[in-house]
Amino acid sequence: MAKNVFTEENFKKLDQVIAEYKGKPGALMPVLHEAQKIFGCVALEVQKKISEGLNIPLAEIYGVATFYSQFSLEPKGDYVVGVCLGTACYVKGSQSIIDRVCKDLDLEVGKTSADGKFTVVATRCVGACGLAPVMTINEDVYGKIVADDVPGILAKY
Amino acid sequence: MDYKNTILVCAGTGCMSSSSLKILKRLEDLMAEKGILEQTKIVKTGCFGLCSVGPIVIVYPEGAFYAHVQEEDADRIVNEHLIGGKIVKDLLYKEALLENGEIRPFEEVPFYNKQVRIALEHCGRIQAEDINDYIETAEGYEAIKKAITKMTREDVIEEIKRSGLRGRGGGGFPTGLKWQFAYNAPGDQKYVICNADEGDPGAFMDRSVLEGDPHAVIEAMMITGYAIGANHGYIYIRAEYPVAIKRLEIALAQARESGYLGKNVMGTDFEFDIELKLGAGAFVCGEETALINSIEGKRGMANPKPPFPANEGVWKKPTIINNVETLANVPKIILKGADWFASIGTEKSKGTKVFALGGKINNVGLVEVPMGTTLREIIYEVGGGIPNGKAFKAVQTGGPSGGCITADYLDTQIDFDSLTALGSMMGSGGMIVMDEDNCMVDIAKFFLDFTVEESCGKCTPCREGTKRMLEILERISEGHGTLEDLDKLERLANTIKSTALCGLGQTAPNPVLSTLKYFRDEYVAHVVDKKCPAGVCTALLEYFITDKCIGCTKCARVCPVTAISGKVKEKHVIDTDKCIKCGACMDACPVNAIIKK
Ligand SMILES: Cc1cc2nc3c(=O)[nH]c(=O)nc-3n(C[C@H](O)[C@H](O)[C@H](O)COP(=O)(O)O)c2cc1C
Ligand code: SF4
Ligand code: SF4
Ligand code: FES
Repeated sequence: MAKNVFTEENFKKLDQVIAEYKGKPGALMPVLHEAQKIFGCVALEVQKKISEGLNIPLAEIYGVATFYSQFSLEPKGDYVVGVCLGTACYVKGSQSIIDRVCKDLDLEVGKTSADGKFTVVATRCVGACGLAPVMTINEDVYGKIVADDVPGILAKY
Repeated sequence: MDYKNTILVCAGTGCMSSSSLKILKRLEDLMAEKGILEQTKIVKTGCFGLCSVGPIVIVYPEGAFYAHVQEEDADRIVNEHLIGGKIVKDLLYKEALLENGEIRPFEEVPFYNKQVRIALEHCGRIQAEDINDYIETAEGYEAIKKAITKMTREDVIEEIKRSGLRGRGGGGFPTGLKWQFAYNAPGDQKYVICNADEGDPGAFMDRSVLEGDPHAVIEAMMITGYAIGANHGYIYIRAEYPVAIKRLEIALAQARESGYLGKNVMGTDFEFDIELKLGAGAFVCGEETALINSIEGKRGMANPKPPFPANEGVWKKPTIINNVETLANVPKIILKGADWFASIGTEKSKGTKVFALGGKINNVGLVEVPMGTTLREIIYEVGGGIPNGKAFKAVQTGGPSGGCITADYLDTQIDFDSLTALGSMMGSGGMIVMDEDNCMVDIAKFFLDFTVEESCGKCTPCREGTKRMLEILERISEGHGTLEDLDKLERLANTIKSTALCGLGQTAPNPVLSTLKYFRDEYVAHVVDKKCPAGVCTALLEYFITDKCIGCTKCARVCPVTAISGKVKEKHVIDTDKCIKCGACMDACPVNAIIKK
């Protein structure tokens, strides 16, 4: 992976988050959300730290972290390329877009490129169905696209 | 104060995706430059509904409806309209300009004139991030005031019961009755949960309400809390909705600051506060028992019912879970009365329903129509029909829990019960229109793929059964299916329906059953003739070169398996046995001479 996210500084931030939620009922989910914001993922090391801090068995944390698709065990690339496979986008052909993205980046869905630049994800309805089919790159939204637009869009990053 | 003009700029997720905030900024800068900022009221609104023509800007008093607005158009709107007093006709939405050159105000264009907006009433009208606009423009917090100062808790429940309001989150359970259960449940600590998980792929009505009118949901939760005797609420919202989350945070802070939330609301002894809880991308967490587990910090798995949450919910206390849209109706019912609400809709389904209209339809967006409106009215009048002259094939309602409805049933008046009778469902209100180019086997496969991924895995019929169904569908779409497979699909579907633990598994087979019922011939074409009539299932397609071919040889050069032969300037031919169906030739052909069928 391109950069090391498991820095001492980040773990310090995590300690603060844990301290803030410790003892509150239902603390695990918000702490995982915050941890993911800090590290970009909730890798096993991060989970261990949370386990010690909140006094929750690691097995339980692992069970929660892997259950929800928002939590990622590995750091994502600098650019997360999301193609919406919600119903509205799908019926307008978003499958061919994601196929093209995977082909052009030579990546499978859910994987990150070796240089840590791109991660490809299939999302469910980003809520811009009026623009279907929709592709997102980090915060940027590209709507009403066809497969042939993909190389041009990727070239911008 | 009186403004000369009011200018509304859509800041819903759809329009913001196409840079509406830049337009807003440009408008503000220009108005400041020209010295007209003071005399213009600028409103950054939630979704107007007609997302397909966004970004949208509306200017009053005329109600001029500008569509597809670009950043540079802001100059013309300011100079020609606001300063010059002349509507910029060529920027108007095309339906807003009549043939005789007169303009039709925003509310009167065909997309809006059949709609009745109750849940969406303030969306696109008020400034979501400003509590004062909610209070001044939308009679905000008047309903909770009326409830706590003029009505007993029993009165409130009675009013909601009499209104006939049923839950908009899917099941259609009578809201007042549910409140009564929680009211009756013993215990001094109770909770109100707003279900803003909205996991149905292709539905975005709840998000639009939260983005466009967050205070209405807060006010409704307070009314619910007063009625059942709860002092604490949770809003469980998907983390994928950052704009809605931000506006809710702002609204909650404003409501606390203004003394609506907290202790001694409006000088009474009523106390209420609300906490946000972020979901993390699991569809099953919209199911109420799974949602409760998730709030408690566990994996979001469903529990058997009873006990129902109204008796034993979050932290084992009596809990009301209501959907966002359900709640958005509540303050209006309290203010305008049960009779008003009950006068809209059908005998057993009162009021309106918001649909997220999408797919192969001209006017993609959010529509709110009275219950009892026909599918034909929604698709052809409000939705403006099917684009590109294609034929209507089916409409899918209810998302993964629902089913497809065919042209024969377009005159059905929609309400909870009529859709269920057709083997579909109201569900949360996703309405996806499909045309002749969509393959129904493929659509069934799409939904099942979703279910398999989203099953929480707790019970075997759902965990294993849906996977087996998906495998059969995959076989069929690859041309290896048999007629027995169709019977097997039906048997499996019926077993899962009756044995799964929660609503996810119980409804997962619906898309398959309804397509099998209405489009059996299409399944048969896949298994017997090994053809996909709609031309979607790649494995069953063959590529052909038509007479349009000009013999440019481009296709032959890109074909990775040299399946194409032909001389320069003569028609080329594809050797179907060699072809690996990569589609490269079709992309390369400059005259679109290559087709698949
Ligand atoms: C698998 C599954 C997913 C659901 N997802 C949602 C959802 O995203 N939003 C929602 O309001 N209700 C959802 N529901 C329905 C809720 O469980 C519940 O019935 C509803 O929130 C009750 O509110 P209402 O009475 O106001 O409709 C879902 C149900 C099931 C079985
Ligand atoms: S039906 Fe599916 S989602 Fe529901 S409890 Fe069973 S496995 Fe979980
Ligand atoms: S689809 Fe691919 S393999 Fe088949 S003829 Fe065209 S280029 Fe060749
Ligand atoms: S289905 Fe793709 S944005 Fe809604």
